This record gives sequence, structure tokens and C-alpha cells, in this order.
Amino acid sequence: MAREILVGKASDFKEGDKKIVPHGKNSEIGVYLVHGNWYAYANLCPHQGGPACEGLLMAKVEEVIAEDKTYQGMRFNHDEMHIVCPWHGWEFDIADGQAVADRKWSLRKFDVELRGEDVYVLA
Amino acid sequence: MELATSDRYHAMSVDSFDTEKLLTNAARQRDARKLNEFPIFDSDAHHYESESISEIIDYIDDDILNHLARANPGIISQGRGGYQPMGGRITRYPLRKIEETPADGVHRDVHLSRRWMDAMGIDYIGLFPTGMLGIGLIPQVEVEVQYARAYMRWLTEKILPSDPRVKGYVFLPFNSPEAAYEIATEFGDKEGIIGFLITSPRYKPVHDNAYMKTYSYIEETGKPLIFHSGLNWNDPLMSVTNRFIAAHALGFTLYNVIHMCNWITNALNERFPKIPVVWTESGLAWVPWLAQRLDNDYKMRSSECPGLKKLPSDYMADMYYTSQPMEMPNDLSFLESTFKMINAETQLLYASDYPHWDADMPMTIYDLPFLDEKAKRNILGGNAIRIFNLDVSDRYPDYKAA
Repeated sequence: MAREILVGKASDFKEGDKKIVPHGKNSEIGVYLVHGNWYAYANLCPHQGGPACEGLLMAKVEEVIAEDKTYQGMRFNHDEMHIVCPWHGWEFDIADGQAVADRKWSLRKFDVELRGEDVYVLA
Repeated sequence: MELATSDRYHAMSVDSFDTEKLLTNAARQRDARKLNEFPIFDSDAHHYESESISEIIDYIDDDILNHLARANPGIISQGRGGYQPMGGRITRYPLRKIEETPADGVHRDVHLSRRWMDAMGIDYIGLFPTGMLGIGLIPQVEVEVQYARAYMRWLTEKILPSDPRVKGYVFLPFNSPEAAYEIATEFGDKEGIIGFLITSPRYKPVHDNAYMKTYSYIEETGKPLIFHSGLNWNDPLMSVTNRFIAAHALGFTLYNVIHMCNWITNALNERFPKIPVVWTESGLAWVPWLAQRLDNDYKMRSSECPGLKKLPSDYMADMYYTSQPMEMPNDLSFLESTFKMINAETQLLYASDYPHWDADMPMTIYDLPFLDEKAKRNILGGNAIRIFNLDVSDRYPDYKAA
């Protein structure tokens, strides 16, 4: 049976917030509220073990290519937010935890449950 | 402080920064792997000497250049182009300015180094500058010479005596062969100096006769000669690229490729067989490529390289390589093949490159499934201890468990 970790009150979170909670003695879980959805991931990058959840949340960067195939620049796509590991910059899609550069790699994902005002992670 | 991010809703504000905290997971890796059971030497660590530029300028004797440096303190970091911190994604770059260190007489660079060394389980480091990696690109040779001498005086007076765990290299102002020789001989036997450094981004042929007396001196000392690579986005060839990733991936390899080609084809391995030559911060994947290219051409054009007594790849296998930034292919058999080609168990030296953005933790070596324990320990410390002739009777695993 999954262990329940109380994260805090839902009303304490606003869009884009995260909270890192202990998970046992030697690990943590990052809990996010992004675009109204709750996400939870291990604070452990699959690359070299960096604290991925301690880094920035940044929007996906997209290339802008015109119909005639010419390059027109880049732009942020805020519909896809990325967790950025602060050690080396590996980026992970907040929606599923997969590394955007190579989706064979991913952050360990946990379920989040709301019970009234309380936010729980099932670890 | 507010970190730069893509929009205001996902901003991140940080009140304090501590390297030890950032590297908590590295300390956990250290403890889980019991890295305290054997010595680890990081042969390519960095400090940001530009943050101490006012101290270094005090050592510039030339009045005109001293004034120029005071008026333009960024002069040593000019020329290479690019932006390493990835738009703020590597948070330790902007946050290091708010990290506090004790005012106890020990230099801040030493305090910061100890923090990440302890977190990673590293006993000793070989310290390289950062901004000065590109100083060989400055057209004014006298600027490189004056800064090199000032840096070396500062390094050997203010940094290295603070901590026996921190070792240094003589920065050779290679664009002036005479000054390179003078500085090599002036600083080669100073306390804490373990080798000689040529920063690779520059346009001087390493086989020029003008350098032979410097190499002879280095050979007499028995200390290694290190080529530390770098990038130069302003190089006419590199300036064709428009993404920093390309300038970085190519540049950090290309300069060492060129110097190694010259070193081998001019038979400098034969002329200076006792110099341990170390190729730094180019990763490893280039080595099999260059070895195969040179061997193939040499078998057809050996008359152009009459000084060689064996294949270029044989000389390459005699030299040394630092590991970072070690390519980690999803199929590790590619990396295993590279290790075999360079005789990694005796020729490869672990390097972190910390605090730079593409730093490698000791686990990058320790967790490789195709290495046995002896090979891991050699690469993480034993090989460096041998070629740098380090006394490691004092160990520094005095950190607390994570």
C-alpha cells in the first residue's frame, strides 16, 4: 500500500508553485501545481542524480518556421512547462516527467490526491 | 534574488545559496558508494578568477597594463563568445554571488572548492582558471603575458598555500615562447604546482622550434603538460554556427584535435618521451575518430612524418585524457570501446569541471558497468596520483554523512 505524505493545504499553492517534501531519510518529492493540475516527481534526475525539482520551471522553447520553411525565430510555449534540473539543465515535461530531449529517460512520478483542502502524495 | 525564467507565473525567488545544499544528492551518492575508501583526485576543477580580478591586477607590474586592467577588468574574459549558463537554467551561475563564505583569511575560492569537494568525496583537485581559458585569443600578446604572470603570483601566494588539497598548474602565456619559458621556470617548482598548462584556444603551432626549450624544461621537472581545451565562437569557422551547442560541442574538441595532430605528426612524443601529456575537457569520443583517421592516412603518407616509430594511435594510447565532459551514449558499448582504445585503466583521469555547467560527478565513472573496482579507483584517483606524483598520505573524507 502506498505511503501517504501530507504536502499541505491546496489553498497555500498558487499557479506555478511547488513544494519539496521529505520522502524517507534520503530523498524528496517535488509537488507542483501547474495549469491547475497537480504533479509530483522524485527530486532525483535520471542523468547524474541532480535535485531536479530544485530547479526552474520553464516553458518549452519552440522554433518558428514559416510555410516557406524559413526560420523566423523562437518562442516560449507556456502550454508545455518543463522542470529543469539545476545541475545540468536536463528538461522534463511536467505532464509526464519524461526528458524532452530523449523520452527514454524520466523522473519518477507519484500520484497526488486531494482530500478536501489537504494535498497528499502517494509514495 | 529573482531568477530569470520564461514567465512571471513560474518565477523562482531564492534568498540564499549554499553549494553543499545544492550537492546533497552528490553526497548521498558518495556515501552509498563508499567513495571515502579510496583517494579521489579531480584533475580539472575550476575557479572564477575573474571574481578576484582586483586582487590579480595588484600583481601586474607594468603601469600601463595595470591601469588598462583596472579600467577594463573584463579584459581577461573577452573573446570567446557564448553563454554557458543556459539562460539561467543552471542556477548555480547566478546564485553563486549570494553564497556566503567565512571571513577567516582563507580565500573564498578555497572555501567554495572545499564545499563541493566534500560533497562529491573528492580529496584533491587540480585547479584551472575560467576566463583565462580564452586569453590566448587576445591579439595583444603582452596582455596574456602580464596576466599570466600576475595570475601565477596570485595563485601561488593567495590560493595554493591555503589548502594542500588544492593544486595548481603553471599558466603558460603560449603566444610568447620566451615568456612561456620564463614563467614555466619561475613557477614550475612552487608549492602546490603539479603541472604546466597550455590553454588550447589559440593559433600557435605547438611544434614551433621556439617552444622546444620549454618542453625540455617541463620534461626535466617530470610534471605533466596539460592542454585544456575551450571554445571560440568568434573563430571564422565556428562563427558559421548559430547555436551555442554547436560552438561548444565542436570548439572544446577541435582545438585539442589540432594541437594533438601537430604534437603527433611532428613526433614530439619521440622528442619528449618522458612528458606525460594530458588532453583536457574535450570528452573522449573524439579520440577513436582521430586515431583511426591519422592511422589510415599515416599508412599512406608515412614519409611526411618520418619521426614516427609507430602508429599515431599508439602514441595516442600513450598519452592521458581527462574524462569530462564524458559522453554517455544510451548504448554504453560505444563508450566501452573508447575506454579500450585509450587504455582507460591507466590513461584516463577523472575530472569534474565543477562548477561549470557540464560538470561530471564521480558516479559517472564509478557506476560504469564495464569497469572493475580496480579500474574505477585508478581512473578516479590512482592514475592522477601516479602521473602528478601526488602525496596522498593525508586523506580528506572528513565530511559528515548526508
